[in-house]
Amino acid sequence: MGELKTFKGGTHPHDFKELAKNQKIAECDVPTEVIVPMAQHIGAPAKVLVKATDEVKRGQLIGEPAGFVSAGVHSPVSGKVKKIIQCNTPIGTTCQAVLIENDGKDEWADGCNVDTDVSTLSSADICKKVAWAGIVGMGGATFPTHVKLSPPPEKKIDAVILNGVECEPYLTSDYRLMLEKPETIVEGLKLLLKAVDCKNGYIGIEANKEDAFRIMDKLCKEMSGDGITLIAELLEVKYPQGAEKQLIKAILDREVPSGGLPMDVGVVVQNVATASAVYEACSKNRPLTERIVTATGDGVKEPKNFLARIGTPAKYLLGKCGFKENVNKLIYGGPMMGMAHFDLEMPVNKGMSGILSLCNAEVYEHRRCIRCGRCVEGCPQQLLPSELSLVIESGRFNDSKDINVLDCIECGVCTYVCPARRPIVQWIKLAKYELNRQRLRAAAKEKK
Amino acid sequence: MFITALVVMGIIGIALGMVLAWGGKKFYVKIDERVEKIDEVLPGANCGACGYPGCAGYAEAIVDEEQNAAVNLCAPGGADVAQAVASIMGGEVDSAEPKFAFTCCQGGDVETKFEYTGVMDCRAASLAGIAGGSKACTYGCLGLGTCVKACPFGAITIGKDRIPVVDEKKCTGCNRCVDACPRGINRVDPESRTVFVKCKSQDKGAIANKICTHSCIACRKCVKECPFDAIEIVNNLAVIDYDKCKLCGKCVNVCPKNVIVNLRKERRERKKSREAKQG
Repeated sequence: MGELKTFKGGTHPHDFKELAKNQKIAECDVPTEVIVPMAQHIGAPAKVLVKATDEVKRGQLIGEPAGFVSAGVHSPVSGKVKKIIQCNTPIGTTCQAVLIENDGKDEWADGCNVDTDVSTLSSADICKKVAWAGIVGMGGATFPTHVKLSPPPEKKIDAVILNGVECEPYLTSDYRLMLEKPETIVEGLKLLLKAVDCKNGYIGIEANKEDAFRIMDKLCKEMSGDGITLIAELLEVKYPQGAEKQLIKAILDREVPSGGLPMDVGVVVQNVATASAVYEACSKNRPLTERIVTATGDGVKEPKNFLARIGTPAKYLLGKCGFKENVNKLIYGGPMMGMAHFDLEMPVNKGMSGILSLCNAEVYEHRRCIRCGRCVEGCPQQLLPSELSLVIESGRFNDSKDINVLDCIECGVCTYVCPARRPIVQWIKLAKYELNRQRLRAAAKEKK
Repeated sequence: MFITALVVMGIIGIALGMVLAWGGKKFYVKIDERVEKIDEVLPGANCGACGYPGCAGYAEAIVDEEQNAAVNLCAPGGADVAQAVASIMGGEVDSAEPKFAFTCCQGGDVETKFEYTGVMDCRAASLAGIAGGSKACTYGCLGLGTCVKACPFGAITIGKDRIPVVDEKKCTGCNRCVDACPRGINRVDPESRTVFVKCKSQDKGAIANKICTHSCIACRKCVKECPFDAIEIVNNLAVIDYDKCKLCGKCVNVCPKNVIVNLRKERRERKKSREAKQG
C-alpha cells in the first residue's frame, strides 16, 4: 500500500480502541424515566411543546425548533411527561429538559415508523425529512444537518464526504456502525448526494479500521452508478484526521479559508452515523430518537457499544457495563475534545458518541512555556498555540485575535503534546469567549 | 578629496535642515498646552474608570469643547486630582465622593461539585464546569482571583476563605473588577453607601441553605424589619433599594445568616484618619 492520504500536523495518541472494538452493538433497554434535553444541537435550544401529565408517543415532536439554526426534539419513548426540569449538557451549559415516564409500550406516533420508497423522494423532500427528523451532526459537533444541506445558491456543492474516521481514542461507535449497518450509511450518503444535487460521494476511514474500510469499499463500488461515484478512502491514522477541515484537505486536497466553512470549497461533510440517521428518517419515517454510544475506559468492567435511546442517563449505561468505584474522571465524548464532567445523570444526546470513565486520569500542574515548538508542529490548523497561550495567559485577548485564535478548531493536539502540560485549549476557549463578549458589548453600545 | 566630501555633505545637511525647518512650520499641530498639563496631574494608571481611553484620552476630552468632559471623573485621583484639573481649566469643583468596590459573596466554604484543575482564572473556570465552576452555588465567587489580576492598584487580595478582600485604602472605585468578574459579584458604590447584601444567590432558600452557610435564604426577616420598605425579595434574594434606604442597619441585626453587612464604623474611622492626614 502506498502513501496514505492525510493532512499536515497532528499527533498519534494511543487509540485504546481495543477496549470496545469487538463489542457488538447491544440494544440498551429503555429506563423507566428518560430526560430529553432541549439543547442537543448548536443554535437556539428547542421550545418545549409539552407540559406535565401530557401523554406522548415515540417520535412525537416535544421540542419545536426555535429558528433556522435549530433542530426539533422528539420523544424517544411512549409515556407520560412527568415534569419539565433543568438539565446539564455535555458542553457545560444548562438547558430545559423534559422528564418522561416510560410506559414500556413503545408506541410510535402517527406517521412515524412507516416505510417509504426512498427513490421517489426529491431533493427538497429529503431536506424536509431531515429537518422534520431533527437530525444533527452526530460526530459530536451537533450542527443541524438540514442547515448544511441548504447552502446559499451561489455555493455549488460538488462533493459530499462522510466522516468514518473516528480519530478520537477510545470511541468505537462509528466503527461498529460501519461493520454492522454499512448499507444504511451508503444509502444515507446517496440521499445526501441527492439532497445537495451532487455526484461525488466519499467516505473517509482511518487505516486502523481496515475491516470497516473493506466493507465500505465493496459496498461503494456496488452502489456506484447512474452517474454517481462513491469512493471509500483509506486515510493515515493520525489525530485529528476526522476534523472537518483536515478531512477535506486529506481527501480532496482543498483548504477551507480562514473563517470559512466547508461549503466555501464546495464540500458538505457528514458523520457516518448522521448518514445512517438520514436513511432511517427517509426510508422508515423515524425521527432521531436513538444513537450508538460507546461506554468505555478503564472505569468500567465491560466496555460496550450501546444502541441507546436519547435521554438515557449516563449512569444507566455505565451501570450496565459495571461501573467501578474508584473512577476519578468522567468524560462525555472522546478524551481529546470531550469535556470532563461530574454529573452521572447526564442524558445521552444526539451528539454523544461516547462516555469515557477513567480510574487513573492524571492531574497535572502546568508550567511555563519552554518554546519547544511541539504544539506548532502538531497544530493541524497551522496556528502558533504557544504564542496564543502566552498572549491569552497575560490577558491580551485582542492580540490573540490578530494571530488567528478564531481559526482554532479546539482539537486538543497542542495540549496533548505540550511537555509543560499547558492547558492551551482552555485558554483559547477563554479568549474566544471574551472576544465574543467584547463583540456583543460593542454591538449593544452601538444600538444605544 | 577630503574637502569635496565635506562640502557635499555640508550642502546636503543644510538643504535637509531647511526642508525640516520648513516642514516643522508647515505641518505644526497646535496642541492645547492644557492637555499636557492635565495629563501630567492625572495618575497615569490608564484604568478607564472615567470612561475615556486612558489618561491622555481623558485629558483631551476635558479640554475638547465638543466632548466637554467633567473634571471630576478620575476615580483613582479622587478629590485632589479633580481640584488640580479644575484649577488648570480655571474653575472650582465639587469634590467627587470616593467610591469603593465591594464583593457580594462570603461563601468561601460552599460545597464543591468536583475538583477543578484547569486554568486558574474565574472566567476560564466558569466555562469549564457545568453552569460555571466547581462550586455548588452557581452565583457565588469562584475565588480564583481574576479580579485580583484585573485591579490596577493592587487593592484586592484573596482572603483566607477564598473570597476577595478589598483594601479600601488602595481601592479607587475604577470598576475594573466589576467588568472582570464572570459572576458579577463585585459592585462599586460611593463611600456613604454602607449597607450591603453580601450574597448573590438566587437559589431557593432550602437549596441555598444546604450548600452555603452564608447565603441569603429569602426568609423576609429584613423585609419585615425595614422601617422604610427599602428591601425587596427579588428571585430569592434580598435587594436593597438605595433610594429608600436610610442606612439604619436594622436589617443587619435581624439577618439569621449574617448576609447583610454594615461598613459604617470602619468607613467612618478610615475617613477620619484620611482627613487627619490631609488636614
